Amino acid sequence: MAHAYTPGLLVRERALIRKRRMLPIRGKVLVQKGERVQAQQVVARAELPGNVQLVNIAHHLGIEPSDVPAKLRVGVGERVRRGQVIAENVGLFGLFRSVVPAPCDGEVEAVSAVTGQVILREPNIPLELTAYISGEVTEVLEDEGVEIAAAGTIIQGILGVGGEKYGRIAVAVKAATDELTPERVPADAQGLVLVGGQRATLDAYRLAAERGAVGVVVGSFDDADLSQILGYDLGIAITGGEEIATTLILTEGFGRLAMAERTFSLLRKLEGREASINGATQIRAGVIRPEIIVSSNEPLGEVEEQTITETRVGALVRIIREPHFGVLARIKALPPEPVVIDSGATVRVMVVELPDGREHVLPRANVELIEL
Amino acid sequence: MARGEAPTTVEAPFDDVTVGVANAVRELEEVTGRRLLDEAGRLIRPARQGEGVDAYVSTSSAGGGLQMLVMGVVRSMTAESAQRAALGAGAIVMDTICSNDRRLLYQQIQRIRQLRPDMILLAGGIDGGTVTHVAKLAELVRAARPTARLGTGYRLPLVYAGNRQAREVVREILNGLVDIHEVENVRPVLEVENLGPARDAIHELFMEHVMAQAPGYDKLKTMTDAPIMPTPGAVGKLVEVVAREKGISVLGVDIGGATTDVFSVFQGKFNRTVSANLGMSYSVGNVLTSAGFDNVARWSWVDLPAVEVRNRVKNKIIRPTTIPHLLEDLVIEQALAREALRLSLEQHKEFATTLKGVQIRRTVADAFAQTSSGQTLVNMMELDLIIGSGGVLSHAPRREQAALMMIDAFEPLGVTQLAVDSIFMMPHLGVLGEIAPEAAMEVFWRDCLVPIGAVVAPAGRVKTGRLLLKARVERDDGSVEELDLVGGELVRVELREGMHARLTLQPARGLNVGEGRGRRCERRVWGGKVGIVFDGRGRPIQLPMDAAQRRQKLLQWAQAIGAFGQ
Repeated sequence: MAHAYTPGLLVRERALIRKRRMLPIRGKVLVQKGERVQAQQVVARAELPGNVQLVNIAHHLGIEPSDVPAKLRVGVGERVRRGQVIAENVGLFGLFRSVVPAPCDGEVEAVSAVTGQVILREPNIPLELTAYISGEVTEVLEDEGVEIAAAGTIIQGILGVGGEKYGRIAVAVKAATDELTPERVPADAQGLVLVGGQRATLDAYRLAAERGAVGVVVGSFDDADLSQILGYDLGIAITGGEEIATTLILTEGFGRLAMAERTFSLLRKLEGREASINGATQIRAGVIRPEIIVSSNEPLGEVEEQTITETRVGALVRIIREPHFGVLARIKALPPEPVVIDSGATVRVMVVELPDGREHVLPRANVELIEL
Repeated sequence: MARGEAPTTVEAPFDDVTVGVANAVRELEEVTGRRLLDEAGRLIRPARQGEGVDAYVSTSSAGGGLQMLVMGVVRSMTAESAQRAALGAGAIVMDTICSNDRRLLYQQIQRIRQLRPDMILLAGGIDGGTVTHVAKLAELVRAARPTARLGTGYRLPLVYAGNRQAREVVREILNGLVDIHEVENVRPVLEVENLGPARDAIHELFMEHVMAQAPGYDKLKTMTDAPIMPTPGAVGKLVEVVAREKGISVLGVDIGGATTDVFSVFQGKFNRTVSANLGMSYSVGNVLTSAGFDNVARWSWVDLPAVEVRNRVKNKIIRPTTIPHLLEDLVIEQALAREALRLSLEQHKEFATTLKGVQIRRTVADAFAQTSSGQTLVNMMELDLIIGSGGVLSHAPRREQAALMMIDAFEPLGVTQLAVDSIFMMPHLGVLGEIAPEAAMEVFWRDCLVPIGAVVAPAGRVKTGRLLLKARVERDDGSVEELDLVGGELVRVELREGMHARLTLQPARGLNVGEGRGRRCERRVWGGKVGIVFDGRGRPIQLPMDAAQRRQKLLQWAQAIGAFGQ
């Protein structure tokens, strides 16, 4: 299996980061190629079509759908105000007049003589797209969006909840193995991305949110506590749309797992820097990981693009399933023959050396590569 | 028969699905020792002097499969027929919108806009029936102006399979907004369903539009000898052919990482459902939520704290490619599989019904039976064969575990044969069947299916310790075994793969094994890795209330079958 690889989470101090910022529908791009932009700067704008209302004129006037066009007082494309008469039916000798008022402000989009309905579209909803990361506009996709590139640090988490936020990194614990407890949450956490070590307790997260933190980054969290925050059980790892003020990013998983030492020391190095964070996670085809990005002013050309690491003897891996979940180990051998493991399954395995020097045999599927 | 696999390369940095195909083929080369690719990494075709292949076929579930929005006039009639057509084509139905929808109009419009489907199937009205309702549905689409999920450069395909007389109106309303494809009505008259043309159109459009957005697809298209099919669509085709050729009722299940597909053929009618939120990795968290912790825990003989189990399950959804290393993890995973399978079959039973809204001509006898239209077609007593597919079943460390999972989850009645798909070959055989039907069938029975054996389960009230059944097993080699099945017991009788046996079953009064209560039943069955399982645990399976006793009982049953060795 020369081609096997298990991509690990990206934890890079110097990386070339590219972000595609796309409007959901066509609109206007406000920046030029080569321009430097700030994370919170608006780079594109669009107008989402307003909600529509279907008004059944035939029904309101008690007439046949085919007679509707003749009874309309407005035409397709015309703007109407709420309450304005859009259709009228006058009986014999001008008696029994009945009218249909517009239910909202909007524009007449279509009229149907088959169903007797009028489609009214409410005014468009403006939408602004920010750069998300500070960097340089490297590509402009006309009317659709931009690509922004920056040199900087990127740290991917395993799971997050909550959307894009910007804030200053503050490390609240001494070691990667420390829990983030309420006592460790600073009195003024306004605008901070708070970094914990092992797990955060539910109370600590809540207190951080109450004190204005925009993000909490920790090694792990209890699933039951996450359900408390969300108000429901997380069934699949597709997140980002939660309406919470404090984005939560886990770097390791559920339970009590210490943050990887490398991740923790990197975050400590970044203390006080402005970061762009996003909890959005999609674990399926087209995987999206939560991330913490800190842009630097280094020129783009001096940073290497991302490369793919291969599983090979000597490579550093993290064990991602029991036993020894979370432990870093070094690959000692990759025997080609399948081996029977504790569960009774026959699988391809690797032999790794644990930090205490012991050897451990485990399925190849149960590790992720650590990039160096 | 050999298998090679490689991770997908649909995403960056590769952005080309054919790289992954070449990687998988290269592994096949290693396994078989036969050269299949040329220097440029292209398949050598046709085969020559010990190298290359005669044909290459492919299915695709790229980008999470084909995601469709279905629309019809009456939910239980045309909308349901349309849904059956979409599911039969291998799609995931994201939502069904109909004229008698409970949602308000603006909510329906918002929903269409949010969904961003790959394709829309619009049906409604029998031929010569309502035009107005169909036009109203078309107006909803117009108002929503839906955009496609993948790619911005093409118009969303819409298959119109409704009232013929409404075609022109639909065209007028939707002209220029979507790419309309008209096919025959899925419900030309109330009593008849005609799903074939809509299904074929969906397959074709999937190829032309949706798949075309997957990077490297154009290259892949030139490599295949038969059109690329959505993976579940291909499995469905195969299940249908198997049932037709053998004249049997079949239940096929494919439990994947994100979804569980159930296929069935009862009374010659094919049905497919997708439980889009029940799977073993990406969506295993949903299994725990939908089934409830207690329902999952009841199948586990390992005693672990609930917090620990929850955290482990959720760690699987964020690291879906990991596999259980410890026995306790395997037990939890198989407990979850039982619940995912059980819930999927429940959903399937509700969907696989006789046509609703059809008037049934009744005799005096029928009046007492209280049957109506819309009855489920799934009859576990009538079922002849269960085929299990998907990692947790096909790759269970022991076949006995797969057998027990299927029996516990589906609770078959009477006499039912069990098999698993050895290496997830069913989709490929489904497509191969399009160009070489005989070869596909031969490979299916010889190499794809791993026979597990048969299960015999009496239906009716079962009391622990009471005699349920007297059975006589006469094997082809002349050996005979007789046994008495007692309530609460699970008994395994050996019948090796390739062998057949004649079963003579005499159930106790009030119990049925296929010929009616208390009536003797004779069946011929084939053997397999497990043989014949006599299941006296009742339906539903009776589990002790006390947790310690239940774990003890589960262990006893597992040992009786040999599910975890000695």
